[in-house]
Amino acid sequence: MSESLKVPTMAEFMAQGKQPEVLFWVGCAGSFDDRAKKITKAFVKLLNKANVEFAVLGTEESCTGDPAKRSGNEFLFQMQAVTNIEVLNAYEVKKIVTACPHCFNTIKNEYPELGGTYEVMHHTQFLKTLLDEGRLTIEGGQFKGKRITFHDPCYLGRANNVYEAPRDLIQKLEAELVEMKNCKRNGLCCGAGGAQMFKEPEKGDKDVNVERTEQALDVKPEIIAAGCPFCNTMMTDGVKAKEKEGDVAVMDIAELIANAQDL
Amino acid sequence: MQYIPNVLFAVILIAGIGFFVKNVKKLARNIKLGRNVDVSDNKSQRWKNMAMIALGQSKMVRRPVAGVLHAIVYIGFIIINIEVLEIIIDGLLGTHRIFASIGSLYGILIGAFEILAVLVFVSVILFWIRRNIIKMKRFWKSEMTSWPKNDANYILYFEMVLMTLFLIMNATDVHFQAMNSGNVISQVIATWFSGLSEGTLHIIERGAWWVHIVGILIFLNYLYYSKHLHILLAFPNTYYGKVKPKGQLDNLEAVTNEVKMMMDPNVDPFAAPAEDTGTEGEEMPAKFGASDVQDLNWLQLLNAYTCTECGRCTSECPANQTGKKLSPRKIMMDTRDRLEEVGKNIDANKGAFKEDGKQLLDDYITKEELWACTSCNACTEACPVSIDPLSIILDMRRYLVMEQSAAPVELNNMMTNIENNGAPWPYNQMDRLNWKDE
Ligand code: SF4
Ligand code: SF4
Repeated sequence: MSESLKVPTMAEFMAQGKQPEVLFWVGCAGSFDDRAKKITKAFVKLLNKANVEFAVLGTEESCTGDPAKRSGNEFLFQMQAVTNIEVLNAYEVKKIVTACPHCFNTIKNEYPELGGTYEVMHHTQFLKTLLDEGRLTIEGGQFKGKRITFHDPCYLGRANNVYEAPRDLIQKLEAELVEMKNCKRNGLCCGAGGAQMFKEPEKGDKDVNVERTEQALDVKPEIIAAGCPFCNTMMTDGVKAKEKEGDVAVMDIAELIANAQDL
Repeated sequence: MQYIPNVLFAVILIAGIGFFVKNVKKLARNIKLGRNVDVSDNKSQRWKNMAMIALGQSKMVRRPVAGVLHAIVYIGFIIINIEVLEIIIDGLLGTHRIFASIGSLYGILIGAFEILAVLVFVSVILFWIRRNIIKMKRFWKSEMTSWPKNDANYILYFEMVLMTLFLIMNATDVHFQAMNSGNVISQVIATWFSGLSEGTLHIIERGAWWVHIVGILIFLNYLYYSKHLHILLAFPNTYYGKVKPKGQLDNLEAVTNEVKMMMDPNVDPFAAPAEDTGTEGEEMPAKFGASDVQDLNWLQLLNAYTCTECGRCTSECPANQTGKKLSPRKIMMDTRDRLEEVGKNIDANKGAFKEDGKQLLDDYITKEELWACTSCNACTEACPVSIDPLSIILDMRRYLVMEQSAAPVELNNMMTNIENNGAPWPYNQMDRLNWKDE
């Protein structure tokens, strides 16, 4: 199936003297994490399907610096930022889409002051515009009538007030969207932000992802939808900890849509 | 002789206000110990925030019970000030109910005050029950030791007493009752005093009047020592509060200058750093990040004084909810406690801070608390007065990492990986597109 993926790089576009419509910022998780790579591919399939001329940086992409910044290493963050901005500006990038809310937040909010100003979209926002423009159609397929709950990623929701785009997409699948006790601006973190992903949690009664998974399971979903590769990992682990992996799937919204179309 | 009450009143009033002003100056001095921060942007958004959040209580009502009760007490507080103004004028001039001359409007005003006083009284009792009988979880967390708990209750007792005095004062005021205008509540209370002579009633009325106004002055001066300071500071705090997207953390300017120099091929890496002086950028700070209150900026210090210790932040914090040591409320309370300590140190040492071997980090806030934060912004979203505990946590992490290299080992590994491979994991940057063909 992977033969069919078309993933041009910025360098290739440059060689042809062309600009893509949008740069797809894959992010570290999307490039290296086995689970997140599936999300990356699902999103690429949708881009291909909608005939979006996009490009990736490929080996020229580097970590945005988000985990470094949030753990307090401002030096490392800015080194990363300045390097990335140099690459982006050299390619005269105007518009960026990413499936990682951490990359989204950092490039959108923290890069401009360092000389990198772009129009940045989360993949759910981008898919929503493709839908609105009629370039992509979404059908429910296998998800029709399924109970789906959406876990708001902190860096998409509270951090940037994006609550509706992912929900709109789920509704387009003709699925039954059920909200958890804590949702939207009151959403509970999955426990991965602020560089927590890369360390053991501090001592406590429980891990955050387990608490969040319990909230999700309370509404008896068949699928927990996520919009962030880190949330995805945390919720998947939570579902495993609760031994529910047979009943509940954790999926990114891009995967839901791609699977619904049998892509 | 007849002017003695007026003189006495003036003396008490001036002393009460004078002492308050003295403390306000101290407050301003302490806040200014913080670093500078530019808040001159987005003026119209800032005014809007203040109007909505502080004046309009928009975030209070997100918890409807507390929100409505709080709104009643708050409206009562603002409106009853008209009555306080009358008391002050009467006290200074020796008049009695000077505003009564405005005619029937006076009755409407006082009637409204009396009803509000009862509503405030009831609300305050409900607040007391929530804290002390229902024992709502957020009021009983570990940082709510004796003082913060007592402080909250004292405020409630104070308000009950002040409202009671106001009503008694009206009920025993023979002239006012005779006017039979606006005494909607006090006419009922007046019947409780019905057997008493006019002379006794007058003494009770005067007594209630004096204790009421002195009580208000004491309450005013209590503010500085109390979480109740928020009734004043909520206004500047919501005005100066964060207007950027919540996820946007500041880029340390001093670091930007360093990084630019490092990345600029034209800069001689061996040049003496002294030559750098005189550039437009800020001077290099003495340290990166914050280990004590003086390293924080003044807005963070204003935040600390504004905190009402309501614990909404802590009850939403995922780390706290899952039993970790971190409590954003405690971060704010610790910052205020340390700042007060530093302020007292300065007072005791003729205006200069004398090293006391303590600091905010470790002596107040532990590393364990700092590393438990997921930077999720639940605390900042929950705070009804726009406080940003996360910014303090981040500045202290910056100190730990950039000054002390004291990050947990796993985070150090993550950072080394980013530095070497451009990813937090030990994969080669050249493999970044491998997913395409897998
Ligand atoms: S940002 Fe940190 S302190 Fe605030 S609620 Fe989230 S984890 Fe708790
Ligand atoms: S920081 Fe805000 S939410 Fe937290 S206790 Fe203080 S006032 Fe309440």
